[in-house]
Amino acid sequence: MKLLEVRDLRVAFPTADGVVRAVRGVSFSVEAGRTLGIVGESGSGKSVSTQTLMGLTPGAQVSGEAWFDGQDLLAMPERQMRRVRGAQIGMIFQDPLSSLHPHYKVGWQIVEMIREHEPDTGKAAARKRAVEMLGLVGIPQPDRRVDDYPHQFSGGMRQRAMIAMALALHPKLIIADEPTTALDATVQMQILDLMRRLQREFDTALIMITHDLGVIADMADDVLVMYGGREAEVAGRRTLYYRPHHPYTVGLLESVPSAPGVGGRLKPIPGQPPSLINLPSGCVFHPRCEYVMERCRVDEPPLREVVATEPAPGEEPAGALPGGDLPRVDLRRDGTHRSACWLPHTAVGLDAGVAAARRAASEAADAGAGAAEDADGAEPEGGER
Amino acid sequence: MAGKASKARGAETIDTAATGAAAAHTPSAFLEVRDLKIHFPSDDGLVKSVDGLSFELERGRTLGIVGESGSGKSVTSLGILGLHNRRNAKVSGEIWLDGQELVGATEEQVRRLRGRDMAMIFQDPLSSMHPFYTVGQQIVEAYRIHHDVSKKAARKHAIEMLGRVGIPKPDRRVDDYPHQFSGGMRQRAMIAMALSCDPELLIADEPTTALDVTVQAQILDLIRDLQREFNSAVIMITHDLGVVAELSDDILVMYGGRSVEYGSVEDVFHRPEHPYTWGLLGSMPRLDRDRTERLMPIKGTPPSLINLPPGCAFSPRCAFEGLTDGKATTERPELRESAPGHKVACHLPAERRRQIWAEEIAPKL
Repeated sequence: MKLLEVRDLRVAFPTADGVVRAVRGVSFSVEAGRTLGIVGESGSGKSVSTQTLMGLTPGAQVSGEAWFDGQDLLAMPERQMRRVRGAQIGMIFQDPLSSLHPHYKVGWQIVEMIREHEPDTGKAAARKRAVEMLGLVGIPQPDRRVDDYPHQFSGGMRQRAMIAMALALHPKLIIADEPTTALDATVQMQILDLMRRLQREFDTALIMITHDLGVIADMADDVLVMYGGREAEVAGRRTLYYRPHHPYTVGLLESVPSAPGVGGRLKPIPGQPPSLINLPSGCVFHPRCEYVMERCRVDEPPLREVVATEPAPGEEPAGALPGGDLPRVDLRRDGTHRSACWLPHTAVGLDAGVAAARRAASEAADAGAGAAEDADGAEPEGGER
Repeated sequence: MAGKASKARGAETIDTAATGAAAAHTPSAFLEVRDLKIHFPSDDGLVKSVDGLSFELERGRTLGIVGESGSGKSVTSLGILGLHNRRNAKVSGEIWLDGQELVGATEEQVRRLRGRDMAMIFQDPLSSMHPFYTVGQQIVEAYRIHHDVSKKAARKHAIEMLGRVGIPKPDRRVDDYPHQFSGGMRQRAMIAMALSCDPELLIADEPTTALDVTVQAQILDLIRDLQREFNSAVIMITHDLGVVAELSDDILVMYGGRSVEYGSVEDVFHRPEHPYTWGLLGSMPRLDRDRTERLMPIKGTPPSLINLPPGCAFSPRCAFEGLTDGKATTERPELRESAPGHKVACHLPAERRRQIWAEEIAPKL
């Protein structure tokens, strides 16, 4: 049962320079107790998508559907949306100071929010719950810190307070937009650990938005990689890490710095994200792609099912991260795997062999340009959107 | 302040009157920091941000300094550059740069070195670029302070540098204002500015923290290339062990103003002996592991620098503090050599540390 199902979401902003096409037809869903990671660079549309769902993008031209608990969020009047926001869908942002008011005590802000949505709750009861929530997220001496102002909290504590606030009304869905980006690595780990524990306790659905695949490495169940306002690749987390198909996903994985011997060498993606006013022709990633083919400059690839040969149970996944001692994963249980790229579907993985296969396929396609319909010779089944 | 006996010399003059205590020492490394202390008196007490730090760095090498907010890593770098206000920072110890002692040097002497012999890249380029002047004007200005060249020649140099750090169409972008650059481009421009005088020591303080991971990868790659080209010594300061692993030869782990572990990249990543380093390693994202199979995050928060915990500053957060016969909470551990070139400040016996690492920690990373 899907808690949230977004279909063909499109968001555009008219500006003096032209129409900014921030989101160009994105679909995703999330279930209770599950985590969806949305990954992409600045300008990929990842934040705009969720902000639009919450009615937080005034002035935008929006189309599509977003079914949450039987209601379409995009068709909802603002008054009704205000009841959903905070109470049924909680939000955690990168910068807690932007959502905690500096003039009011942390506790007061939580109390106000509870009473706004639950008018029957008395002040004392709401305050008790605020103290409980602060304790739950690991604020020491919550009965005293409840009367602190936001500036009296450290960065990590403010982030915890914001999580307490987001959870105070037991929302069914939490959207966390770069919740740990501004924090020390040690604090980041504490916060992610906290979110995971609370999610388990309340069976909350979670959408984690980040530019860093490393951050959601061990958080997300499913991952949506966005580029230029569209899906580049969608897969279960393990599939995405062991058998990425889209060269952009491969680039993201190779951009995460890691301990020596764990990942490969850092390998940056050249260039910059595309302009959303003048999008590149064909595949929006083609100007940065090292495997670009003639076809990529002309045709925008649809999101298609990746039908790769799966390893037998217990077999090491092909093209896994180097470094040995890999867990044995049965990737067939890892949900659907879809990618918007013209490269052959067999070219999945991260190692040098797969890179060579990608290059060979790309060169072969260009050599026989016009003849081959599809680089791997097979038309996609389904997945056309 | 120590070392007031040391007279400055610069690369051109050698200190002949080697009398004072500081001058008696002959540094062998290009950069040598010895027992550096940087304290700030405040209304609440003395803030001991850096409290006895020593390390060395050679040309062409990179030292990664890792630690949380408040560990003293940035205060150290500002101290090396002489950027602390002498009225409210008490700096002692020795900093030798290419044979020249900086702690006892005059502000004028340090100013001459800054920008020319040593330069810094900050986390936020907007804080070190003036919004009112074009990027080119700022590089030209910085270059001409140290080089007697015409404006035209300096501008040509600025365009060259912008091109060198990967700014497209540098001859046009040189006349842009900082706000016309994207975040990654501003960081590149700052690197161009820092490198315009070909400094021998480059200090990068969280140079990529505010950037997308894709842009971060580009910038790290750029720093690595430029270092190879210019053979600079680089100090890379960050809270992210992954970033340090990509670039560093040696790593210094700081906690509570002191060094808790110091060694080669191999030492720190493959044979780490300090429980704090273990915790940092456990905080690194792993793409191939489930969180449930991994270490618990380090609990608690960094210590107050006014009232450091008695004994080992890390003891309140240490899971192995109970194995030290109470020494962890009473006695401050010294940084001692555990293996050649690998130093650790921990009361646990070295053998026990290695055993815990091998049996309990490494399998869970």
